[in-house]
Amino acid sequence: MFQYLIRRLLISIPILLIGSFLVFILVASAGDPLAGLRTKPGVTAQQIHSLSVQLGLDHSILVRYWDWLTSFLRGDWGTSVALGEAQSPVFTTVSSALWVTMRLVIGAELIALVLGIGVGVFSAVRQYSIFDYLMTSVAFLMFSMPIACVAVVVKNYGIQFNDLLQSLHLKRWLTTAGPPPGGFGSNLGQVIVSYSGTFLLPTISLMTISFAAYSRFQRASMLETLNADYVRTARAKGLSQSRVIFRHAMRNALIPVSTLFALNIGAIIGGAIITERVFGWNGMGTVLVKAVSNYDPPTLMGWFAVTATVVVVFNLISDLLYGLLDPRIRLG
Amino acid sequence: MTETIDPNEPLLRVADLTVEFPTDDGVVHAVRDLSFDLKPREVLGVVGESGSGKSVSSMAILGLLPRSARISGSISYRGQELNGLSYNEMRKFRGNSVSMIFQDPMTSLNPVFTVGAQLSEAYLEHHKVSKKAAWAKAVEALEQVGIPQPDRRAKQYPHEFSGGMRQRVVIAMAIINDPDVIIADEPTTALDVTVQAQILETLLRIRDDTNAAIIMITHDLGVVAGMVDKVQVMYAGTVVEAGTVDDVFDAPRMPYTVGLLGSNPDPSLIGQKLTPISGAPPSLVNLPTGCAFSPRCPLVAPVCHESEPDLLEIGGAVVHHSRCHRWNDLAGYEDPKKLFARKEIGAEEPLAALLIDNPEVVVEEHLADSGDKKEAAS
Amino acid sequence: MANATQTAGDGGGAVAVRHEFDAKARSQTSIILGRFVRHRLAMVSLAVLVLLAVASFVVPMFLKFSYADTRAGSYLRPGGGHLLGTDQLGRDAFAQLLRGTQFSLAIAFTVAISSTIVGVLIGAVAGYLKGLVDSSLMRLVDLFLIVPQIALTALLVHAFAPSWYIVAAVLALFNWMQIARITRGEALSLSAREFVEASRASGGGTWHIVFKHLIPNMIGTITVNATLSVSTAVLTEAALSFIGLGVQLPDTSLGLIVQDNYTQVLLRPWLFWGPFLAIVAISMTISFIGDGLRDAFDPRQTKVRA
Repeated sequence: MFQYLIRRLLISIPILLIGSFLVFILVASAGDPLAGLRTKPGVTAQQIHSLSVQLGLDHSILVRYWDWLTSFLRGDWGTSVALGEAQSPVFTTVSSALWVTMRLVIGAELIALVLGIGVGVFSAVRQYSIFDYLMTSVAFLMFSMPIACVAVVVKNYGIQFNDLLQSLHLKRWLTTAGPPPGGFGSNLGQVIVSYSGTFLLPTISLMTISFAAYSRFQRASMLETLNADYVRTARAKGLSQSRVIFRHAMRNALIPVSTLFALNIGAIIGGAIITERVFGWNGMGTVLVKAVSNYDPPTLMGWFAVTATVVVVFNLISDLLYGLLDPRIRLG
Repeated sequence: MTETIDPNEPLLRVADLTVEFPTDDGVVHAVRDLSFDLKPREVLGVVGESGSGKSVSSMAILGLLPRSARISGSISYRGQELNGLSYNEMRKFRGNSVSMIFQDPMTSLNPVFTVGAQLSEAYLEHHKVSKKAAWAKAVEALEQVGIPQPDRRAKQYPHEFSGGMRQRVVIAMAIINDPDVIIADEPTTALDVTVQAQILETLLRIRDDTNAAIIMITHDLGVVAGMVDKVQVMYAGTVVEAGTVDDVFDAPRMPYTVGLLGSNPDPSLIGQKLTPISGAPPSLVNLPTGCAFSPRCPLVAPVCHESEPDLLEIGGAVVHHSRCHRWNDLAGYEDPKKLFARKEIGAEEPLAALLIDNPEVVVEEHLADSGDKKEAAS
Repeated sequence: MANATQTAGDGGGAVAVRHEFDAKARSQTSIILGRFVRHRLAMVSLAVLVLLAVASFVVPMFLKFSYADTRAGSYLRPGGGHLLGTDQLGRDAFAQLLRGTQFSLAIAFTVAISSTIVGVLIGAVAGYLKGLVDSSLMRLVDLFLIVPQIALTALLVHAFAPSWYIVAAVLALFNWMQIARITRGEALSLSAREFVEASRASGGGTWHIVFKHLIPNMIGTITVNATLSVSTAVLTEAALSFIGLGVQLPDTSLGLIVQDNYTQVLLRPWLFWGPFLAIVAISMTISFIGDGLRDAFDPRQTKVRA
């Protein structure tokens, strides 16, 4: 198992290197970082030239990539070149955004996972029951809704709910525009109210698709294990239904869904764009949208490097989970 | 436990068992009017093609059919009616009084638990003992089925066992609670020939040790001939012939049995051709009117299309039953297998001649070859 | 012919096999078609989708206002010839909605078809040739999966002119990996089968085997996944356009219309719910059609073993 992980890690490194090189070319050819300056009145060609030398634009792409890579690995991620970003360091921007997104995504994914497993198991055990049909329809609906619309609707009902609270002379509870700047308050009650109010709406909006995916996935793998020969063997031993379902069938059905969970978190870190935007969170998605719109190569490269590493790490975690949960893999 | 049993009193009595599955395409008549008695130490062989209702009836005995199944008739274990009991009411019988050995040892053990854990779980379910005692019992059961180093092997996972060893584990699981009835559903089909013999031997030894009765479900007539007391031939969900092995194999009184015997490659038949049955078993949704075997029967007469014959007692050493309008006519044929011989299949003379002339020729291959050709043609 | 029936031949289960002797064996295609037609939800979905597509092209001819007509006032209420009122620029919202549907459908189908072709070819060749070709192609898949696809799509769309076909092409570029993985798996198991070995033994070249033996035998999987990728493409396009990195004027899409109008969700809900429901309708009907196709190609998946 340990050897396997090391081998996987060694395979990931060249993929990360080649990937970062290709992304570097892509980013470099996707625009001109000085385009804004060129059209700005009062900027001379001389100034533009010295700036492009400063950015290393006069060197070949290979040299520029090498420079980026070496300084990136040394911890120097560069500074933003976008106008109005005040040369903010990329490392600070991306790492604080990662922290914001991680908090949001991991919470939402965990809740979606727990609910999805519960619903999936129950739907499989009561296949073709009203509950199963209802949950199947809900999942199909959730799969089919654009997350932007869900977020917009959730946000607006949140605002209306706050208005209602206010009309009852209560404090507005739900936050619809980013986490509170001053933390969550001092005493425990305050923290809980403020924390839940802050996370509730974006979590709902992030959860929908993941919940639908987990519940369908768990239902399918649970149906498969419920029909497996070893579950029949367990029944033939005289075990109770609950023991058969929860110990024998579910234990096996959890293997694929938990690896999917790890893969999903890795993928969603960069994919929470819409939810972050609608609810005003300064996470990875917001950073990306800004960096693309303003064409900001250093920030883009930092962003891609971090998300790719996160994906690789969670792929490894997924492999690790698989090995831990399935004894057949353990020796491999 | 043997003291309390009257050896002549049946342990298990199945009477008029009928199992139907409603489906989109119509009702599947999986088992029809199945009846048999099973006494202690008895080995009952159930033979038939796949889909003839063998496995469904054994699942019905354990109450493990899906909810959609409609089961009627009686299944009584030591005088207690099992049909109609709920899942929970059946639990004290499953694995304890009646246990089952499944066909495929590769898939019938849970891959994520150790073998010892799965065995002791079965014991703990029916005995109030400590986990440690159950584990000791599991190791003992592994030893009983002939697994070397049972204490070490108990800590291993199923994937660390070979196919034959896994089937021994499955058998150990079936005997760990000293059941009175062991249902073995094609226990050797998935295994190598040499391993098959070992497994059958193990089963018979356990029968001798524990006095359990065994229901041996198989399509392998060799298995039946070697270890069984009574045999039941099933076709299209019902018994078409039943009796002692000698009666049924030496004096078959139902054309289907004849055909089955003629389809079996057997070293004693060297030089003779296989005589398989043409056609395929009927759809269990639309059974033919009259005798279910009539569309494939070489002895078919108008009466066969009119009504399904009853399972008649036709004498024999103990009791020989046949479900055939023409059983008496069948008795008149000297070599009834010839009834199934067809011109279009295989080479008529050369094969037999070849074998007789060259005893060194690899016999199995030829037999297998011709068997394949016939299957393909049918 | 024998090959084509191979995969689904054992699909009907025991009952179907026995039916062959009762009635004449029907051709594989008509069996699958028959099963699909009997899938009520899928048929209704297909009808709705076709209706939606046809309507989005035909209905604008009968409307009083063109999608580009900005002469009406800003934010008119529904009525007076404007079925869904007008948007901020005074354009007829219903005409906009129909035009957005046209573009969204065009993008989604372009993406699905082109990414399926690329994915199937790469997957089938990798699975058939195995060895070095396989591992390098699969590393390529890993490479594409390592960065969030929506981010690269956004970057590329932003770099080029964001017309609908650029968006479609870029979406397709980052959408073929899933189907390639699935196809590779199928190709691996199929190429171990006898009919492929037989064809190889009789001198069939790689492309001959891929096109004549592998792809026809994977047609079920391919169709189902292609259908589902239409639905994914509709949603991804909507997301891209919503963050302003997708289709831009003069082209449009349902996502862009949502983006234009989402601030009006409480004040003028019809402007928001129109495109929202259109996206849900397209993506949901396609999911149901995919489901029906899956059942038609592989009935084993949905029926419990008795």
